Amino acid sequence: MTALLELRKVSKIYGSGAAEVQALRDIDLSVEPGELVAVMGPSGSGKSTLLTIAGSLEDATSGEVVVGGSDVSELALDARARLRRRSIGYVFQDFNLLGGLTALENVTMPLELDGMRARRARAAGMLGLEALGVADKAERFPDDLSGGERQRVAIARAVVGDRQLLLADEPTGALDSVNGEAVMRLVRATCQGGVAGVVVTHDAQLASWADRVVFLRDGRVVDQTTPPSGPDSLLASGLG
Amino acid sequence: MSVRHALLAVLSEGPMYGLRLQQEFESRTGEVWPLNVGQVYTTLQRLERDGLVEGDDDAGEGPQKAYAITPSGRRGLDEWLRTPPGTEPPPRDELVIKVSVALRVPGIDVHEVIQAHRRHSVETMQRYTRVKAQATDDDVGLALVVDAELFRLEGVVRWLDAADARLSRRPTVGVVPDGVERVGPQPARAGGR
Repeated sequence: MTALLELRKVSKIYGSGAAEVQALRDIDLSVEPGELVAVMGPSGSGKSTLLTIAGSLEDATSGEVVVGGSDVSELALDARARLRRRSIGYVFQDFNLLGGLTALENVTMPLELDGMRARRARAAGMLGLEALGVADKAERFPDDLSGGERQRVAIARAVVGDRQLLLADEPTGALDSVNGEAVMRLVRATCQGGVAGVVVTHDAQLASWADRVVFLRDGRVVDQTTPPSGPDSLLASGLG
Repeated sequence: MSVRHALLAVLSEGPMYGLRLQQEFESRTGEVWPLNVGQVYTTLQRLERDGLVEGDDDAGEGPQKAYAITPSGRRGLDEWLRTPPGTEPPPRDELVIKVSVALRVPGIDVHEVIQAHRRHSVETMQRYTRVKAQATDDDVGLALVVDAELFRLEGVVRWLDAADARLSRRPTVGVVPDGVERVGPQPARAGGR
């Protein structure tokens, strides 16, 4: 299967001279449609930088970032903005919903900005909210929603339309364990529906929802898990 | 785990014969704690001897003999449910020993040792999470057991993270291959695989 996201020898340097900080060093990472990859590492390991570069919110100092077959560095600014609007969805720890818009308006806004007619955007937005179990909250404002509901709306906004790549930065960081698990079930289900997902986190429980966990340290990929085998042997070996 | 008290808990809902008791116990724990039927009957005989259950003598000693919890058994169960489990640390934690020992073994990078254990723990967590993801909503017993293992393993990973950070900050005190003890800052580490 062709990777939807590919990072090839990506490095990122901030500052220069004595103030130079190398945030990422020769990162190779590919994520296929339907795959959820977690990037795990301590604070300062480069996780968030990796995510912003993968989402073309920031440029790499060197290396290639390929999204859906397009080398992002070769795209003109307007083409890059279009790629971000149409193909990439972002989910943040603090939801980043617009307080003056309803849940549905938050979801439909990126579609309308991209030129979709309001009626069609509204239908697509309602489908997204339904898939995440918050259709009944469509007319509520973010302040009237619980943390778990806000994050569901944020995920709906991230995957509405034909988004192919879901990027999430500590998406359950502001939630309790029950709501965190519910959100990760939805992220996983979204990816199983064909979206490529990358979640960055320092939380092992959150990372364990991923098909593959990549460990980042000092800006380098130092290790990764192998795909989990079936559960049978696990249970046979006993928990007691 | 106390099989005695787990069986008393099942019997608190009503009398049951041994084979049914075994099936009920296993279904309530998500079938992750297989219980030998011989173990069930041995435990029931001991519980009867101690006056915590009573058997239906009319049914003889065969598999159809039903057991019921006694008032004394209910009191014992109630006391057990409210008694905190032992909180003493294990006599030796193998992981702590491995990491501590790795610090002074020539040619061993303790951070790579820590990463190997971190990866193994996260891989095991992925397997448990997959079990949980595939379980049905009414499989509460399984979810409770799996959550307990996930939180335990998360604690292991957090300890490994803390150990990694602590060791990264320390001045190196180790033994180089020629046996001379050295003291100095941590050398820069190359990435693993």
